[in-house]
Amino acid sequence: MNSAEAFSLGLRSVLPILVGVAPFGVIYGVVALQSGIPALAAMAMSAIVFAGSAQFLLAQLVGAGAPFLLAAGAVGLVNLRHALYSASVAPILAHLPRRWKILLAYLLTDEAYAAAIPHILVVAPNSSRPANAHWILFGSGCGLWAGWQLATLAGVLIGAQLPSDLGLDFALPLTFIAIVVPMIGSRALLLAALTAGAVAVALAALPYKTGLLIAVLAGLVAGAAMPGKRK
Amino acid sequence: MNIWWLMAVCGVITFAIRYSFIAAEGHFQPPGWFRRLLPFVPVAALTALTVPELLLMQGELVLGSGNSRLWAGLVAIVAAAVWRNTLLTIGVGFLAFFLLQRL
Repeated sequence: MNSAEAFSLGLRSVLPILVGVAPFGVIYGVVALQSGIPALAAMAMSAIVFAGSAQFLLAQLVGAGAPFLLAAGAVGLVNLRHALYSASVAPILAHLPRRWKILLAYLLTDEAYAAAIPHILVVAPNSSRPANAHWILFGSGCGLWAGWQLATLAGVLIGAQLPSDLGLDFALPLTFIAIVVPMIGSRALLLAALTAGAVAVALAALPYKTGLLIAVLAGLVAGAAMPGKRK
Repeated sequence: MNIWWLMAVCGVITFAIRYSFIAAEGHFQPPGWFRRLLPFVPVAALTALTVPELLLMQGELVLGSGNSRLWAGLVAIVAAAVWRNTLLTIGVGFLAFFLLQRL
């Protein structure tokens, strides 16, 4: 697979996901304005921070008048799971020049990572020969980035006129279901999912979504501890 | 609080987290047990993000018929397992959600 084909594959893999991400971006734009963040800053946050759930949290904390360090620390905690995505893709990016690593790290989000990773596993099952797998990640990252910026812009410009009882925020959980369910191809993966989900619910009351990170780690340990044949 | 400074700091923190293991690759060798956890990252992370959205309403566990998101989510899970198609899953899930809300 050449680089253009890999880029196109990544881009196409993220397009259906944008259907679920776009409403989330629109709602972010509305929440940011309601929190008293100027429109320009609300837009810029999507480019500077570029992390959906962290941007929501930041907007709410700014609206509530939270102290600077607390807000920054909360964003760090919410995004800490991205370190696991970083570890997951690191082997296939090891041979690349630094500018590529910086670019792909900036573009590494839940959605772009999840959209690209099944294709990366097909193209580069052996991380010592990653082929053009980084172009898949670049394609999905670019698609998600552009979609997120446009959705934020739409939210800032017209979001306040949308009826709030449409349940548009339900689009993102549905999108994650659409991504995750087909990925569950073994009992170990199923156990990882069930554990992560159960712990996330049990610890949902912990501040700044710290329960989320604990839930992900619990899921990883449960999946890896499951006896059975390894790939 | 200066919103621009706050965004800049949060942007740097977020980037540093995402860059961490990518930058360290080749400079240190993560232990084998750590590598064995990584295949479970996408499934565990997205499920942990999703399940509370289905089961909790304003932080309270709601399993009854009043929780449209839970039942619509279960319909979407079945749709995803059967058709393995993102758009179809979102469409079927939303359809179930709207129908359940209007029952």
